[in-house]
Amino acid sequence: MSVMLPGASGADAFSSADPAMAPAPDMTRSFLERRSLTNHSLTLFLWLLALLAAVPLFSVLYMLISRGGARLDWATLTELPPAGFMTGGGIGNAIVGTLVMVGIAAAISIPFGVLGGMFLGLVAPDSRVAAAARFVAKVLTGFPSILAGVFVFGFLVLSMGTYSAIAGGVALAVGMLPTVMLTSEQALRMVPQRMKDAAVGMGCTPFQVAWKVTLPTALPGVMTGIMLAIAGASGESAPLLFTALFSSFWLESLVEPTASLSILIYNFSGMPFPNQIQLAWTASLVLVLIVLVFNVISRMFGTPKL
Amino acid sequence: MSVSFVETAAAAAVPAQAPAPAKAPEYAIRADIKSIHYGKFLAVRDSAVNVEKGKITGFIGPSGCGKSTVLRSLNRMNDLIPIFRLDGAVHFLGQDIYASKIDPVVVRRHIGMVFQQPNPFSMSIFENVAFGLRLNRYKGNVAERVEWSLRRAGLWEEVKDKLKQSGLALSGGQQQRLCIARAIATEPTVLLMDEPCSALDPIATRIIEELMLELKDEYSVAIVTHNMQQAMRVADTTAFFSVDISKGGRTGFLVEMGPTRQIFDAPQQELTREYVRGEFS
Repeated sequence: MSVMLPGASGADAFSSADPAMAPAPDMTRSFLERRSLTNHSLTLFLWLLALLAAVPLFSVLYMLISRGGARLDWATLTELPPAGFMTGGGIGNAIVGTLVMVGIAAAISIPFGVLGGMFLGLVAPDSRVAAAARFVAKVLTGFPSILAGVFVFGFLVLSMGTYSAIAGGVALAVGMLPTVMLTSEQALRMVPQRMKDAAVGMGCTPFQVAWKVTLPTALPGVMTGIMLAIAGASGESAPLLFTALFSSFWLESLVEPTASLSILIYNFSGMPFPNQIQLAWTASLVLVLIVLVFNVISRMFGTPKL
Repeated sequence: MSVSFVETAAAAAVPAQAPAPAKAPEYAIRADIKSIHYGKFLAVRDSAVNVEKGKITGFIGPSGCGKSTVLRSLNRMNDLIPIFRLDGAVHFLGQDIYASKIDPVVVRRHIGMVFQQPNPFSMSIFENVAFGLRLNRYKGNVAERVEWSLRRAGLWEEVKDKLKQSGLALSGGQQQRLCIARAIATEPTVLLMDEPCSALDPIATRIIEELMLELKDEYSVAIVTHNMQQAMRVADTTAFFSVDISKGGRTGFLVEMGPTRQIFDAPQQELTREYVRGEFS
């Protein structure tokens, strides 16, 4: 049996005129066939799973907006936290504290992380030092972040005699460093060998190859890693517990206890006062928005065009 | 068939010398390669090749015959491979570039290279061509020099309105011409081309071949090609390499080098005759 196509009567005539030609196979779509049923049901199943995976994210966002959105105004963003039974107040010092400590952490972890990534990806990728550093960095990415706080408590807070923004920043940097280093390494390794060959062929020294060609080419990937590390550090609370502690006042120096959004959420959510609990919700929303902004920025850098 | 080839290859070990032309040719590169090893593996042996000034020298031969290895040792690109070792000498304008006092980085600034895969940098078309100028701290007008190079590479008309676009946005043939523009911007003495057309379609190949013929007056060109017709079309001198598998390994060696017409019409060696007739490849 030959399938009749619109306007294909000539072809049909041809096939019947040629006895050697086999009849055209039946290629019409049939929904009830077993193969087709399996295909459709599995596709549906995957869609359901994907939706299910999105449920926690969107329910958290919904809860934060519905409970914290009401207090998201200028006063909340700019005022100091209220005491005991006071009404009003805000989370201004915690926003500043979080940004300052993440800034300190970035200032430490980005140069060391990118340079470490260059060592792992370019300078001596197969050396024993690189293998050991890579292993340690991978272990560190899965390291309980509270231990970074304990480490910095023993190493900085005790020696300085005070909780401080610096100690908080260092503790966050401990968490950011392996992420920055490993993503930088990956981005640098993705630069094709033929581009490095071209640079060598132009008469570049190994340093010039790395500085003028490999690093600029890998920059989008490196930036993505940095932004993801910053987004992760912004939301950390455990490393700050023993290092920055908390403060109800504006940040005046880097060597005094410092407020942060995550610790404010932790402190205020446990209080018996509705005003503080309300502020904890709003602080959660603000924190999620900050993390979201860094994630969006990291997306904007995109993947390198190779 | 392959067994008899092994015997012939071993028999034709000694490369034949091309008959001396009437006027003594000037050479940009005189390479006398006794052997090239990768670790313990003998990759190339007994290959003396010259690159004549103002001429195109073609390197042909079957796969694995070491023609690319030889080409890449002419500007010390093989130094990138840690286990590479060359015995012999490669004289560039009278200096042995493998002498211990020679800096390979400087060698590569005088002996440019165009690769098999077009490999522009991930930067704008302009910056790709300006790269070598900036590297050498070019004192003149960079923009004029970039335009000159792109015109020489026959790419100017196609890209003059989009110099700020990424070099990677061009087609394969345009990318290869961009790489040629990048290589000639710093006016190297010799241009090495490692199968520059093998990733290109026939039209782009034709454009690149015409370009080579235009460039050869100013730059001495050495080109590796897998394509015998290409060697016949562009090369003034042709070096035929073959591979010797008699000792267990695969060792490439120069069979014969001479004027292209002689290599194809009246080869001195039986192995060359078989190859140019298409009896093996």
